[in-house]
Amino acid sequence: MSAGMITDLARMFLATLGDVAPIIAVLLGFQLGILRQRIPHLSRVLFGLAYVVVGLTFFLFGLERALFPLGKEMARLLTDPVFLGGEGAVLGWQDYYWTYLFAFAIGFATTIAEPSLIAVALKANQVSGGAVGANGLRIAVALGVALSLAVGAFRIVTGTPLYLYMIVGYAVVVVQTMFAPRMIVPLAYDSGGVTTSTVTVPLVAALGLGLASNVPGRSPLLDGFGLIALASLFPMITVMGYAQLGAWWAARGARAPMPKSEGDRG
Amino acid sequence: MTGTLRAIYDLLGGTARDLAPILVIVTFFQLVVLRQSVDNIGDLVLGFVFVLLGLALFIRGLEMALFPLGEALANALAKRGSLVLLMVFSFGLGFGTTVAEPALIAVGDEATRVMALAGVIEDTAAARAGYSRALRYTVAASVGASLLIGVFRILKGWPIHWLIIGGYVIVVALTPIAPREIIGIAYDAGGVTTSTITVPLVTALGVGLASVIRGRNPMIDGFGLIAFASLMPIIFVLLFGLAVAA
Repeated sequence: MSAGMITDLARMFLATLGDVAPIIAVLLGFQLGILRQRIPHLSRVLFGLAYVVVGLTFFLFGLERALFPLGKEMARLLTDPVFLGGEGAVLGWQDYYWTYLFAFAIGFATTIAEPSLIAVALKANQVSGGAVGANGLRIAVALGVALSLAVGAFRIVTGTPLYLYMIVGYAVVVVQTMFAPRMIVPLAYDSGGVTTSTVTVPLVAALGLGLASNVPGRSPLLDGFGLIALASLFPMITVMGYAQLGAWWAARGARAPMPKSEGDRG
Repeated sequence: MTGTLRAIYDLLGGTARDLAPILVIVTFFQLVVLRQSVDNIGDLVLGFVFVLLGLALFIRGLEMALFPLGEALANALAKRGSLVLLMVFSFGLGFGTTVAEPALIAVGDEATRVMALAGVIEDTAAARAGYSRALRYTVAASVGASLLIGVFRILKGWPIHWLIIGGYVIVVALTPIAPREIIGIAYDAGGVTTSTITVPLVTALGVGLASVIRGRNPMIDGFGLIAFASLMPIIFVLLFGLAVAA
């Protein structure tokens, strides 16, 4: 451990503490001052809070040291015309296939590791009595983010207007809301908000910036935020789709009892 | 002792599985697609170890502290049975946790810079500071309002989709008439307000409330607070842009 690393760690610890402090102040002030209720299992809660603060500090420190520099550099290289087709080549939208694939893969992988999504998935699993699988939900959300980034990259390359994608996307959300199982709808809407958090945003920003500055006629400011906007939209679609598939699967099994061999496979 | 080791293994094992996809993808693109060797591999390994430990600790703390705190609050508030108190608390929690958020301060300062360049506000230190502060309070108030509306919905058992779809219709209606410069900032504001600590706490609060209130289903009524917190800041900031321009 060098001195610079310890300074970095201390800086992040203070930043995380600054994040937690107002929340704790509001909670404690209310619980003790107005409701006059003792907090159950106080020492356990305090230990848990220490875990949260230290955990987030380590997490952010590790991300800044390892993942972000590497991810940003890869995003830059993969959108570089020299890598894509050689100097001076005229590029069509289909020449960017590695970029789309990278956007898809990195969107999926970072969302699986997103702490706020893990929290929501744990809670959903517990509340639904296991009907909503924690891993199933996380994979559905991750697929949504992956698709949104691949589509978002395609949009930046082709220069098609963002609002078209948003309008079509929200139309799909509205139609799905009418047909999806009722219990999944609030959870699906929440999934849109949790994805734009700690891990995903910096990498997405780097990808947007790389594409927008290499493709002629794109603005880094406008096109970067478009990726985030799509990343909040697509998970709603995939989470509702996941529940719809589950419901459809269950209904099919109930309607026509399967022959034994097929039932075993499920 | 074996139990402790076992517990550590369980914790880190799950987290390692969560992080494996990142490792696979980064390695594949770096070595196969880009054909680049990895510089300072030591830094990389160290960083990954910190990410792994940090995520594992965070998840442990989540179940020990953030979830129980949110649930205890929901119980205490429901026992009190005071609507006014519940509303004041919801607004206070949203406002208090957002107003000091570093990501929001950064976005606010950046927005102020863009606005000064575009000539929307005077380029003086006082005008800038005032604009930045006003924007920050606007977003904090919007998150307070989201939790207030979201909690009220849980009490009433209203279906969420009418409120959220209605909200997005407002966003779509405001976007063409709002000043161009504010639009990107407004959409970003929706994303920065849902931090890693707020999300678990607010989720536990909503689900807790829906579990203790008679006739509410935690699955149908408990979720949705985050959705409001991502939507309302967009509306508020677009309105803020319109108000400043007027």
